[in-house]
Amino acid sequence: MSETTSQLLVNLNALATGLFLLTAFGIVAMRQARGCLNLFIIQSLLLAASAALLGLRHESSHLYGVALVNLISKPIIVPWLLRRTASAEIYTRREIDQVLNIPTALLIALALTILSYFLAQPILNAVAPEFRGPNVPIGIAGLLLGAFTLTVRREALPLLIGLLVMENGAFLAGISIARNLPLLVELAIATDGLIIVFISGVLIRAVEKHVGTTAVGELASLKEAAAEPAAKEASK
Amino acid sequence: MSRAILFNLIQVLVVMAFAPLASGVLSRMKEIVQSKRGPSIFQPYRDLWKLFHKDEIVSEDSSWIFRFTPYIVFVTPIFVATLIPVLTNYPLFFAFMGDMIGAGFVLALGGFFATLAAVDTANPYGPIGASRTRMVGFLAEPVFMIVFFTVSFVAGSTIPYIVQEKWVTPLANFFTPSHVLLMLAFLMLILAEGGRIPVDNPTGHFELAMIDESKSLEYSGRGFALMKWGGQMKFFVLMCVFLNVLVTPWGLAGGHTLGAVLLAIPFVLFKIFCFLLVLVVIESSLSKLRLFRITEFLGAAFIISVAAMIAQIFLP
Repeated sequence: MSETTSQLLVNLNALATGLFLLTAFGIVAMRQARGCLNLFIIQSLLLAASAALLGLRHESSHLYGVALVNLISKPIIVPWLLRRTASAEIYTRREIDQVLNIPTALLIALALTILSYFLAQPILNAVAPEFRGPNVPIGIAGLLLGAFTLTVRREALPLLIGLLVMENGAFLAGISIARNLPLLVELAIATDGLIIVFISGVLIRAVEKHVGTTAVGELASLKEAAAEPAAKEASK
Repeated sequence: MSRAILFNLIQVLVVMAFAPLASGVLSRMKEIVQSKRGPSIFQPYRDLWKLFHKDEIVSEDSSWIFRFTPYIVFVTPIFVATLIPVLTNYPLFFAFMGDMIGAGFVLALGGFFATLAAVDTANPYGPIGASRTRMVGFLAEPVFMIVFFTVSFVAGSTIPYIVQEKWVTPLANFFTPSHVLLMLAFLMLILAEGGRIPVDNPTGHFELAMIDESKSLEYSGRGFALMKWGGQMKFFVLMCVFLNVLVTPWGLAGGHTLGAVLLAIPFVLFKIFCFLLVLVVIESSLSKLRLFRITEFLGAAFIISVAAMIAQIFLP
């Protein structure tokens, strides 16, 4: 492989990871549940693109496998599963609740990203120079931002997407430091992810059926039926 | 030497001559998207001609600021046009006077005086628009700073002629994440600074919802023409910075002959036309944001510009 092609692949991979970081920020800030899901789909496509580009660069068929599994499971099966299990009412919800306002949440997300740079240093020092790329710090940033989404969101679907973003982040870091990530591991994790989506979807539907809402942030404490309207007032 | 001055003059003339055309093309294309015919693309020229031949009325309670502002608004984009690469990819005679930050400050000077003039006559709508413009301005300021900071971090300079080389040599550099994210952040800045649609509706006629337009409500005749022309030139100059320095530094004159410089004019106009097409898509598919959502729009631009910087740090 020539020097320019290799450099182009490195830069394109860096671009995919940069946009990956941007979609993670978008998921923290997005107001609509539907928008969160769309951003997650884009993020999974970028993850697949990064895996394919790394596969091209390191000439590794395992990474192509990773890209393929990601391409099928996340952008296609996850939305399909969610559509089957959770109701359409969740999709159309706008103005979903957040504990913090959006600029504050984004600033904290920025701080987490900078933290991820320092968390990634020991890992980067341990691997061979050719595997040092933006994947590891941005993957860790994805992990942290997913966890952050989990803590600030109060709506069931974005919470689930936060969980999936954490998985995406871990993968983005994983594909860059191991040239031959066994396909079996990837398949197992992908299946796990789908099962999480399925179970959460069923759970969301059950919660909605019993409580009448998917704003799980308001379900933090046990309440008597009579006291509920007052408690709702207080939580607003 | 004299040739460099000549090229600089041509550059200024191009900005002066084609800025109204760009605005005419933009509004015509927007009308076509809305299934209307729209005014001719030369309508802005006719408007300017008409306004220059009308009487000017100046409130007798206004101060010198009100009378001077149209000239400052008119002159600042011309001044910036001598600093930045409009037609050539090598610095011209006046280019030593300032870099991109300098150009940003000069443009901000025009905005500053326009704001003061809007407050000057105590017309009720002027101060509303002025304070809103300041709000958009001070939210956009940190983004500008981070963008320039990242540019100087990546390219090692804020002089536009060095920066534009950096993005395309080698061509693989074009695809670095910091470059792509910077383009996105700068595009959002242009939309905010130019008063385009997600931030402000340039064609709106409702005074209470105006942001940028209400600053020139009190002007008439020649003053209004200068304000209008100045605003169009400012937008043209911002587009030139965006396209010639950040996005597509191709098609600029590399040679030092008059022919090469003149040949660059159609290329630059073509690039601006392509950018206007993108702008039409943005303006026709988005709606104007509520006033306090502008914070989030520019907050997103800020996050993108910081992400550009972080992505550059993350590269090994």
